[in-house]
Amino acid sequence: MELLQHLGTGFEIAFTWHNILYCLVGCLLGTLIGVLPGIGPVATIAMLLPATFVLHPVSALIMLAGIYYGAQYGGSTTAILVNLPGEVSSVVTCLDGYQMARRGMAGKALGISALGSFFAGTVATILIAGFAPPLAELALKFGPSDYFSLMVLGLIAAVVLAHGSLLKAIAMIILGLLCGLIGTDVNSGVARYSFNLPELIDGINIGTVAMGVFGFSEIIRNLEQGEAREVFTKSIKGLLPNWSDIKQSAPAVVRGTILGSALGILPGGGPILGAFSAYTLEKKLSKDPSRFGKGAIEGVAAPESANNAAAQTSFIPLLTLGIPCTPTMALMIGAMIIHGIQPGPQIMTSRPDLFWGMIASMWIGNLLLVVLNLPLIGIWVKLLTVKYDYLFPAILIFCCVGVYSINNAPFDVLLAALFGFIGYVFIKFSMEPAPLLLGFVLGPMMEENLRRALLLSRGDPSVFFTRPISLTLLIIAALLLVIVMAPSIAKKREEVFVEG
Amino acid sequence: MKIGSPKDFWGGIIFAVIGLMFAIIARGFAIGGNVLLAGYTMGTPARMGPGFFPFWLGVILLVLGAVISTAALRSAPGAEGSRLERFHWKELFFVLGSICLFGILLKPIGMLLAGMLLIVGASFGSVTFHFRKSLLLGLFLVTFCALVFVMGLKLPIPLCPDIDALQSFGLCRA
Repeated sequence: MELLQHLGTGFEIAFTWHNILYCLVGCLLGTLIGVLPGIGPVATIAMLLPATFVLHPVSALIMLAGIYYGAQYGGSTTAILVNLPGEVSSVVTCLDGYQMARRGMAGKALGISALGSFFAGTVATILIAGFAPPLAELALKFGPSDYFSLMVLGLIAAVVLAHGSLLKAIAMIILGLLCGLIGTDVNSGVARYSFNLPELIDGINIGTVAMGVFGFSEIIRNLEQGEAREVFTKSIKGLLPNWSDIKQSAPAVVRGTILGSALGILPGGGPILGAFSAYTLEKKLSKDPSRFGKGAIEGVAAPESANNAAAQTSFIPLLTLGIPCTPTMALMIGAMIIHGIQPGPQIMTSRPDLFWGMIASMWIGNLLLVVLNLPLIGIWVKLLTVKYDYLFPAILIFCCVGVYSINNAPFDVLLAALFGFIGYVFIKFSMEPAPLLLGFVLGPMMEENLRRALLLSRGDPSVFFTRPISLTLLIIAALLLVIVMAPSIAKKREEVFVEG
Repeated sequence: MKIGSPKDFWGGIIFAVIGLMFAIIARGFAIGGNVLLAGYTMGTPARMGPGFFPFWLGVILLVLGAVISTAALRSAPGAEGSRLERFHWKELFFVLGSICLFGILLKPIGMLLAGMLLIVGASFGSVTFHFRKSLLLGLFLVTFCALVFVMGLKLPIPLCPDIDALQSFGLCRA
């Protein structure tokens, strides 16, 4: 009953007209950038960080969250109509969604993905409301050593679940941790790796890194690849699926939602993994797996529900432990800090308005997305015909203005360009940039907790193995590594990602 | 000797070099009695100095890079995706160059002009570049940014060149 009471407070806050407005703005922006390939929620949230300075913190976070899950809705539109993932997480939707569109069922595919996403969003909202309070209570018992081990687990999980080479991903994390340490050390006041540049003394803002690595380098890559798109604009009618479609896809939606919610909570999991696994599961369970890849409606329903569920449950570790699991969540932490909110388990008690307001707004946002997106689909389709030559200069100037505005520092623009170069080099060497951003945020936190833990134990490292919470977390982390290193699983893991 | 996977080999080298640099800067550097680089205090595990964490992270990165490179030397050559990819210097130069120009010129000449330079300059990086179109697009985007970010959201971005006569002009101030 307490839960209902909390949710009641949340809805009271989320249902004020200006919060609904910001939720709507966030959802619309999210759908927009989700539809447009070549720009994702990470770059967008980084771009908009300075714009939220003028807002109330609750409204700001509601809007930024809306961008994130709105992008999951938008991404599917592009996947179905153009066979391009508008958002990374909708890669899987391309497989059957595009085939449905080619067979003249684009409307149905769009409809089922929107309805499935709404169902998943609703379930995930309830899950957050139910799971977050006990988790936060547990988190209050965490000591510095436990936190350190938790971050180790989070980073390991992020590596394990990412695709590509394990070693390269770990190296990227370490590099991220190191970059995060640039700037003044809080304990000693020493400016580390600042090369006597006054601009580096306060450290590098996460928005700058995100915009360089995810915004600028992506633009260069898109430019060198050129573009060729085939948009299905004619055959979009009959958005509402009929009874037999619903009967066919309902179990897939439910399974996708469960799988997505579970994987979203895991550090490093996030929407991409949820969508992949849900698709693989449906294919395994199907009586006739050969239908998949040729326009099976379950092949759209399951991954779409899963990525939306995961996008929302990935807020759980952020809100309860203050630990980001995905690059987007890392930026949300940045946004909270900008607004003077210290992320962590105390948020729920110190800022219940923020916590419950945000959760309630997610459900409202999901509702808005279904109600708006189906009628607005024509507009989004028109946007898809905009040439990249018009799009990328717009992204560039918004990014530049955004980077500058975070600290009013022209130097940050140059720094972002440098990170753009670094990001481009990494793309060329097939290294995923996402672990770098996670490491970047966690760097200072990890050092601080390591320091405190060892200070309390007088330099004895066994503290990480004697405290039960810490030990459990480290064992899980070690198990994960062992499992992934095992040759048979390593091969399976490749297969899962190749199938996508 | 033939390198099995040049991409991983050079990627590993990059990691190793970066790790080494971070470690050296944290540790300090001296030849004979001459301290060339002071480094940061290492401290003990119980009382960690600012150099402790970055030094060991740097060492780990160095080792990881070396492992990646060695593995790449031994791997079977010719695997798919193991060759070095071509760098597209033209796109890289125009996009990043325009961004740097924007950063350097924003304060002296203001967002309106610097933004135009950014958009027209970056458009040179596109194969299907069209000068007049990019000029029009630039005008539109710069006006949009001025209206939304400066007039609307009141972000303190300089609009006009940093000349006294212009700064007193009403439209140049948000």
